[in-house]
Amino acid sequence: MATAKTYDPELLRAERRRRNNLRRLKGLGLHLLLIVLLGIMLYPVIWMIFSALRPEAEIFGDMGFIPTNWTLENFTRGWFLYGNLTFTQFYINSFIICALAIIGNLLACSMAAYAFARLEFRGKWWLFAVMLGTMMLPIHVQLIPQYIFFLNIGWVNTILPLVVPKFLAADAFFIFLMVQFMRSLPIELEQAAVVDGASYWQRYWRIILPLSMPALATTAVFTFINTYNDFFSQLIYLTDTDRMTVPVALRLFLDPSGGASSFGGLFAMVLISIGPVLGFFLASQRLLTKGIATQGFK
Amino acid sequence: MSTTDAANNPVLRASEAGRPRLMPQDRQGSALKKADNRAAYMFLLPWIAGIVLITALPMLASLYLSFTDYRVIGLPSFVGLDNYIRLFTSDRRFVTSIWVTLQYVGYSVPLVLVFSLSVAVALNRGLRGLAIYRSLFYVPSLIGASVGIGLLWKEVFGERGVINDILGWFGIAGRGWINNPTFALPSVIALNVWTFGASMVIFLAALRQIPESYYEAASIDGANAWQRFRRITLPLITPVIFFNTVLLLINSFQSFTQAFVVSGGRGGPVDSTLLYSLYLYQQAFQQLQMGYASAMAWVLLIAIGLATALMFWSSRYWVFYGDR
Repeated sequence: MATAKTYDPELLRAERRRRNNLRRLKGLGLHLLLIVLLGIMLYPVIWMIFSALRPEAEIFGDMGFIPTNWTLENFTRGWFLYGNLTFTQFYINSFIICALAIIGNLLACSMAAYAFARLEFRGKWWLFAVMLGTMMLPIHVQLIPQYIFFLNIGWVNTILPLVVPKFLAADAFFIFLMVQFMRSLPIELEQAAVVDGASYWQRYWRIILPLSMPALATTAVFTFINTYNDFFSQLIYLTDTDRMTVPVALRLFLDPSGGASSFGGLFAMVLISIGPVLGFFLASQRLLTKGIATQGFK
Repeated sequence: MSTTDAANNPVLRASEAGRPRLMPQDRQGSALKKADNRAAYMFLLPWIAGIVLITALPMLASLYLSFTDYRVIGLPSFVGLDNYIRLFTSDRRFVTSIWVTLQYVGYSVPLVLVFSLSVAVALNRGLRGLAIYRSLFYVPSLIGASVGIGLLWKEVFGERGVINDILGWFGIAGRGWINNPTFALPSVIALNVWTFGASMVIFLAALRQIPESYYEAASIDGANAWQRFRRITLPLITPVIFFNTVLLLINSFQSFTQAFVVSGGRGGPVDSTLLYSLYLYQQAFQQLQMGYASAMAWVLLIAIGLATALMFWSSRYWVFYGDR
């Protein structure tokens, strides 16, 4: 304080420099802290990447963190671990389910969301409350009767139990996301369409849907990630080996008679399995962080 | 009709603009409302079918089954409250699974909240590279629920895993964490906490809504960093803390995959990772005790309902909404 009162430009400059340096130092310290935390968090993943790329025998040895003998043999071993049933089939199975789930969610959830967001109807408030309520329901209270039902109509070991519910807008989370988004669209656009004689369907399909692209894209990406990662329902419904999806197949590594002997193969397959999720995320990152921020997906 | 008029009128009035105005306005309105009504229900049709077929009916069936003995083959036989009585009086594994789940929820939810809020506050100080940090911290949330990461975790916390390598640098002798009854559950909790990025992103978005001027005013009044956090940041984001907590509670009560993968589906060692969902799965799909498992499902529903209700009730005392 005393220095400031003298108004000596030289001292003032020195004071400002000191403060700037302090701030820079604090910023640097914070960066360092965050990088260390990230390093600890991501260390296991990096370890796995290197383990997948080194010979089997060196994975748990004292051969250093970074491999000296790079190899891709783990990938081929893991891919063909179950004989003539390869991961090619498991990925095809997973992607088919994901693609259908995305289509189902986009269609059914956006239709419901359009009604909730843009139309007036009797019982709207009540139905909206029901919709919000279903988001909190644990799947377990529907699971067993659903399973018994699907078993009786012969749907077990098909992809139908995993896909059909999506076409019935079972993921209320996405309805909610789209309602929030559609509500924010200006009403004039629809008014103009009404003047031009557009039907309800045209208003939904030609005006609201194209404008809701950000919400639709967020839904698509999260449906992909959730469906691709989903283990519980795929474990229950897909038991035939040629129907298995990636997570269900990976689980076979747990079986002592299966692949537990091949840690290299295991790590290589795990590495490939998280690839699509990370790829989708990177491709749509900007969009997603916005979507997550407003809706809170996990 | 001028543009301003069109903007002020309700949507549907515009479509009637060309017609001769023979009917009184409100009659027109109600005719249109009827059309709106019909259209809305058409759009809602798939969802309503879903609510009835895949939510409501199965829930009722599940409630009924919970009062029966049903083993998939044959017909369910009504046993009254037997399943519920057995659960709470003679099933020790059930009690264990409740205890394991409460520990799991009780440790991981607060830890996730603390980690996600601290990192979000740190990131919100105008650091360079915010977007990169945010994405990197979020990566575990994307992959943390997958079987692959569960398998990785099993090795990382295994006898020859990375954790012991790191401890080795400090001269600490490691052990097999994941196959030790004391440390297996903490390893699974660690995996849940590892995915704090999702909550962090939500916190970060909320923090950026707080006007900078609040902090400036506080600084002029001589508030230090902790006081600014305690008196400005914390009260203003209580709604988001509440939202995150409810979300985390609902999710962690239902955790399944990681405990399944880490314990090979058994919930071991000595039932130390027997989460509620895992035990329910064993009863339903390994023992084929569908009635018994349905009773478990309803106990879970009620537990989650109570926890959520408790949160909402308590929110009156600690959640601060600016306008009240």
